[in-house]
Amino acid sequence: MAGWLHRFTDSDIWWSFKSSPMTVAATVVTFLIIAISFLSPILAPHTPFDPATLSLSDGLKPPVLISSDGDWTFPLGTDDQGRDILSSIMYGTRLSLVVGFASVVVAMFIGITLGLVSGYFGGTIDAVIMRIADVQLTFPAILVALLIDGIVRTVISVKRHDEIALFVIVGAIGLSFWVQYARTVRGSVMVEKNKEYVQAARVIGLPPVLIMVRHVLPNVTGPVLVIATINLGLAIITEATLSFLGVGLPSTEPSLGTLIRLGNEVLQSGDWWITVFPGVTLAALVLAVNLLGDWLRDALNPKLR
Amino acid sequence: MPDGSPREFVRLEGLKRYFDVSPPWLVRAIEGRPRQIVQAVDGVDIEIAKGETFSLVGESGCGKSTVARLVVGLFPPTDGRIEFDGNDMAQRRSGADTAALRRRMQMIFQDPYASLNPRWRVFDIIAEPIRAFGLSSDKADLEKRVGDLLRQVRLTPADGRKYPHEFSGGQRQRISIARALASEPEFLVCDEPTSALDVSVQAQILNLMVDLQRRLQLTYLFISHNLAVVYHISTRVGVMYLGRLVEVAPTETLFTRPKHPYTRMLLDTIPDLDMTGRQRSPVGGEVPSPINPPSGCSFHPRCPYANDRCKSERPKALPIEGGTVACHAIEEGRLPVEERSYAAAAR
Amino acid sequence: MAAASNNPPLLEVKNLRVEFPTRRGTLLAVDDVSFDIAPGEVLGVVGESGAGKSLTGNAIIGLLEPPGRIAGGEIRLEGRRIDNLPYEEMRKVRGARIGAIFQDPLTSLNPLYSVGRQLVETIQTHLPLSGSQARARALDLLKEVGIPGAEMRIDHYPHQFSGGMRQRVVIALALCAGPRLIVADEPTTALDVSIQAQIIALLKRLCREHGTAVMLVTHDMGVIAETADRVAVMYAGRIAEIGPVRDVVKHAQHPYTKGLMGSIPSLGVRTERLTQIDGAMPRLTEIPKGCAFNPRCTVLGQRCMVERPELMAAGASRAACWHHDRGGVGQPVAKETVNA
Repeated sequence: MAGWLHRFTDSDIWWSFKSSPMTVAATVVTFLIIAISFLSPILAPHTPFDPATLSLSDGLKPPVLISSDGDWTFPLGTDDQGRDILSSIMYGTRLSLVVGFASVVVAMFIGITLGLVSGYFGGTIDAVIMRIADVQLTFPAILVALLIDGIVRTVISVKRHDEIALFVIVGAIGLSFWVQYARTVRGSVMVEKNKEYVQAARVIGLPPVLIMVRHVLPNVTGPVLVIATINLGLAIITEATLSFLGVGLPSTEPSLGTLIRLGNEVLQSGDWWITVFPGVTLAALVLAVNLLGDWLRDALNPKLR
Repeated sequence: MPDGSPREFVRLEGLKRYFDVSPPWLVRAIEGRPRQIVQAVDGVDIEIAKGETFSLVGESGCGKSTVARLVVGLFPPTDGRIEFDGNDMAQRRSGADTAALRRRMQMIFQDPYASLNPRWRVFDIIAEPIRAFGLSSDKADLEKRVGDLLRQVRLTPADGRKYPHEFSGGQRQRISIARALASEPEFLVCDEPTSALDVSVQAQILNLMVDLQRRLQLTYLFISHNLAVVYHISTRVGVMYLGRLVEVAPTETLFTRPKHPYTRMLLDTIPDLDMTGRQRSPVGGEVPSPINPPSGCSFHPRCPYANDRCKSERPKALPIEGGTVACHAIEEGRLPVEERSYAAAAR
Repeated sequence: MAAASNNPPLLEVKNLRVEFPTRRGTLLAVDDVSFDIAPGEVLGVVGESGAGKSLTGNAIIGLLEPPGRIAGGEIRLEGRRIDNLPYEEMRKVRGARIGAIFQDPLTSLNPLYSVGRQLVETIQTHLPLSGSQARARALDLLKEVGIPGAEMRIDHYPHQFSGGMRQRVVIALALCAGPRLIVADEPTTALDVSIQAQIIALLKRLCREHGTAVMLVTHDMGVIAETADRVAVMYAGRIAEIGPVRDVVKHAQHPYTKGLMGSIPSLGVRTERLTQIDGAMPRLTEIPKGCAFNPRCTVLGQRCMVERPELMAAGASRAACWHHDRGGVGQPVAKETVNA
């Protein structure tokens, strides 16, 4: 264990990480946001979506530091229903992150599998998969997500939809992001499969599936990790966009995007804090994750070192 | 060979492998280009006896590496037969029987930096064939086997815990050899195993290979472009040119009494390290593209002895002095066999 | 070359040091290397990968890749210091006085221009010739390096040439301005054996006819033996032995050279085992104290462990070894156990 730790702190990656203050800051911000949001049941001052705890008399309180009308029990103010904005953001961020991570996992799973198959076997399978990928690329991610969401809505009832909204949106975003993984993995696999260590495994007579999983996959994780990090930011934004458009998560289970939408509806009346604070949180989270992804891409690229 | 039975250990018969390197059909259709087929291996017959080292030499693109890959089954042949200890490799057989055959032949690769999975520990790299063929049941036995293999290639069992990047090129090639030996094979195909190494390390690896061959009664198919190395290690040598075998002979015969004009040309390219002032005739021309090989004898455009027959008729392999040679000039007696000597200088 | 002693040297390298700053400290890749090359002489520089031979060549032509840098010593061409010239000045010297040939002919040629255009451009950069004069010279050069049908081939692009022909074009390019010195870094390594022999013969002929000196950097002792007048054997960033090629090849003085020569399979004598040098060259981070060769040496003494040997007269050559007189010429330095 100590040896492992030593190898890590001695590695070029760690060194490159340490010498980039921006990356360190981005990492701190990312992990802070993740930690706080996942601990929201413990840390949050209110449980904003439990109707029993709400009181309309607390409605539309401005943030404490801005106005003397503020109330320290609601540091960032409340919305028209009297829900605490800070707590809403904490719960909402948790939901956004869950959707982000889950859809990245879905996209990775589909993309890596298709990429491996495509790159390793080549020929007709490869041609078919890559043409599907080309077609997929002509539709913007939002459109694909809208399409899937639309289909699901026509098939099942509204009530049922609210229950499975999370899965629908994860699936929709996952399905629209797999192409990048598939292409990258395919490219790396085509390089790796001609290397002699893969041939050595073939001489032993290992079945292709084992060779792909044991030998090829571990050697293509670098680029996949980079895409995954950058995609996490994209997925969170996509979810926010969908929720803002009203086709994402329902108001009973608001993510950051839903919060921004709800705030946007009352923005005209001057209650800006309801939409601005979730917006700032979303921006900070996505920026931090993207900075992390940028650094990772450079750090894992030997040509830029 | 025991009891003089006619069956050779490894036998390649009329082995062919063509590669389609045509552009996609749409491009062909638009630009009106024909299909392009590389005849990488075009009818090769080789017999390798148990315990010997058979070397294939030739310049890049002559198909020697393709032969190596065909033999271990990395590609299926386009045509021809591969027989291993009396078993036709193309025959369909059960998974267990296939594994039993595969276990007995392994391969050593050229590039010690590409032939070991960089993410695996050396122990797991060497243990992989043992696990794949189910040669070891329990962990203690596996550890003992891997430790023994590492010692056999003059590394230590403790090296198993390291990753490939912690080793030098020569040490990596030892690991590669240990992996090849892990399934206790009888036949090793060695594809340029020393050409990526520095000379002083090359000597270590060649010595190791000779030692292992003697100790484990291995049979080698040795692929190389380095004639001095081939001279040192081989029992018999086959010279390849554009996918065909032009000459096969016992090593000493090939180097002292070369017959095919291409063999002679290759021997002329060996640098004169002993500074004996050995006569070297200049060599002209380059290897033509294997996509459109010359008609008849494919060496005829570079051959000083070529006549009309050489341009039109492909020469057959004729038995001569314990080997074979495919050359009309030799067959017709137009080209006398020449004697060469190499002063055994003390270095 | 016999003339070496009375003529002033064409190239003088004195105490050259090349270092690479890394985050783990500065690596000394070329350590106190001195040699000179007489006009018209072919000096072979031989060594294993990582011995510093290519870096020495690159330092001379001013093309060290950053972060590598010359950290000490001096390089003089015809008496003029060239190691501290500004980039533009050095670029002129590099075309006009020093020609360069690299291992991979493709990287030395621009794939977008015909070879004729590249030759003409290079000629006009360094010589005051008109377009047609330059083209005539380009044609002459192509003929001289043995390109068949040069009149037609001059307008072809690099990809239309085979590997051997490309290397000939690169040689023509290096000869454009009639340089006094050519630095050839592994010029034959990427080529097939039969082509190697052609290129070596060509280089030799050109040097003889033009009186051009050559620094031939290679790992292939055979190429050196065929081509060079003198040879420098490099090990771990230093010169282990330097001398006339015949003496170094046949009567090596340094145990490393002896081992190196013994490890090359020889034609005519079929031995069961080759002489081998155990172990491997140390990484730059792990160069031992004293003589860098001491962990692999067979004629080791106390002094070798603590004090680093400088080049000293040994036979007809100079060797950096405290015990060059021990062990006897031609005796094997074999040791049977290997453990790297």
